[in-house]
Amino acid sequence: MKITPISNGTAIDHIPGGLALKVCRILDIPEAETHSSISIAMYVSSKKMGFKDLVKIEDRELKRKEVDKIALIAPNATIIIIKDTEVTKKMQVSLPKKVMEIVKCSNPNCISNKNEPIVSEFSVENGSEIKLKCVYCERFVEDMMESIVW
Amino acid sequence: MNFKGKDVVSIRDFSKKEIEHILSVAKTMVPAAKGQEISELMKGKILATLFYEPSTRTNLSFKAAMLRLGGSTLGFTDAKGTSATKGETLADTIRMAEAYSDIVVLRHPQEGSARLAAQFSKQPVINAGDGAGQHPTQTLLDLFTIQDELGSIEGKNIALVGDLRYGRTAHSLAHALAMFDTKLTFVSPRTLKMPGEVIRHLEDEGAEPVISDDLESVIPDSDIIYVTRIQKERFPDPAEYIKVAGSYRLDQDMIKNAKQTMRIMHPLPRVNEIPPEIDATVHSAYFRQAFNGVPVRMALLALVGGVV
Repeated sequence: MKITPISNGTAIDHIPGGLALKVCRILDIPEAETHSSISIAMYVSSKKMGFKDLVKIEDRELKRKEVDKIALIAPNATIIIIKDTEVTKKMQVSLPKKVMEIVKCSNPNCISNKNEPIVSEFSVENGSEIKLKCVYCERFVEDMMESIVW
Repeated sequence: MNFKGKDVVSIRDFSKKEIEHILSVAKTMVPAAKGQEISELMKGKILATLFYEPSTRTNLSFKAAMLRLGGSTLGFTDAKGTSATKGETLADTIRMAEAYSDIVVLRHPQEGSARLAAQFSKQPVINAGDGAGQHPTQTLLDLFTIQDELGSIEGKNIALVGDLRYGRTAHSLAHALAMFDTKLTFVSPRTLKMPGEVIRHLEDEGAEPVISDDLESVIPDSDIIYVTRIQKERFPDPAEYIKVAGSYRLDQDMIKNAKQTMRIMHPLPRVNEIPPEIDATVHSAYFRQAFNGVPVRMALLALVGGVV
C-alpha cells in the first residue's frame, strides 16, 4: 500500500469507499495548529468490501464520542491503535442502542431543538442502513452528516 | 392490566391488548359521559389542562371527561399570558403543573413535547397533540367509534381519505388499524399521499395497504370512510386546490352504492369535504365520533389515575 506506516496513532480501516473525507470531517481534520501527519487512501481494493477507504492519523487517539460518530456513517470500520510501530488494539466500531448528544434531530420543530434542559436522544434501528429515530418527535434522521453535532 | 401512573404519549406505546382494555373501559363510561349516571371515580382529583395551542373538541372533551368523573380541572387554553412568553422552558412549566395536579394533559405546538413532559413529570402526562406529531387520544376515540358503529374493528375495510401526507391523525390511526388486521385503503391526491416510510412500517406489521386516488370506486367495498381535511395552505396554486379538494368531496350520489352499514368518520373540523346533506344519512358517524372523545378520555383518566 502506498501509505507511510505510522509509529504512534490511530488507523481507521474498512471505511466504505468514498467516505474517508467525511470521517476526516467528523474528526475535525485538518486540525488547526497541528503538524501530525494524516494519510488518506480512497478506493483501495478490498476482498471483503470491494473498495474501501483508510485514514491514518499520527499521534492521536480517538475519543469515545468520535468513534460513535464514525460508526454512524461507517458501521463496519475498524479502529487500530498503534504504539511504537506495534498494533496494540484493534476493534470494530459499534453503535450503542441509544445515541445521545452526538446527533441533532433533523426536525426543526422537534422539542429537542428548543431551549429545554435535555440532550438529543435517538434509538438505533438496524436494517440495510442505520436509521436513527428521535425519541422525542419519533422522526427518522434524514441526512446523517448534516445531523452530526460538531 | 395496570395503567396507574402510565403516560399516554404515542399510540405506539400501547399493545393491542392494552388498546382493547382502554376501549372496554370506555364502553362502561358511556352512561356517565351522557350524564345518565353520576360518577365520583375522580372525586378530589385535579386535572391540569395545558393548551399552548387552541383546540375546541380536545380541550372541552378532556374537561368534560374529568368533570363527569367528579374531578376538577385547572389550566389555560392559550400560551399568551403564561410564563412561556417570558421564556420559561416547558420542563419548568411541567414541574410546576405536576405539583398542582394529579394528571397533566398537554397540547403543544412542538413535536416531542409530550415525551419531554412525561420525562419531567412525576404525575402521568396525556398527550393532547404535539405539533404535527402524535395525538393518541384521537386515535383511541376513532377506534372506539369504529368498534361502536360496526361491532368490531377486526378485518374491516377501512378507507382513509384526504390529506394522508401531513395529517397526523391518519398516520397514527393507520398504525393502530394495522394491529387489528383491517384492510386499509389510502385515497388521496398524488401530492398528499401517505408517506413511504409510514407504508413501509405498516407492511412490516403485516398490513397490505391499497393505494388509490379514486374515492368513488373505493366506497362500495368500504365499511368505514375516514375523511380528513385537505388544507388550502398545502397548495401553492389556489386553482389546483379547488380542483383537488373538489374531487375528494363526498356527496349523496357518490355514496348511493355504499353498504347500508358503511359509516363516514371525520376528526373535525370539516370545511366542505362532507356537505351537510350527508349529516342526515345513516352513514354519518362524525358527531357521535366527537362525543366519543368524552368516554374514551374518561377511561384514560380513570385508568392512569388508578381508580379502575
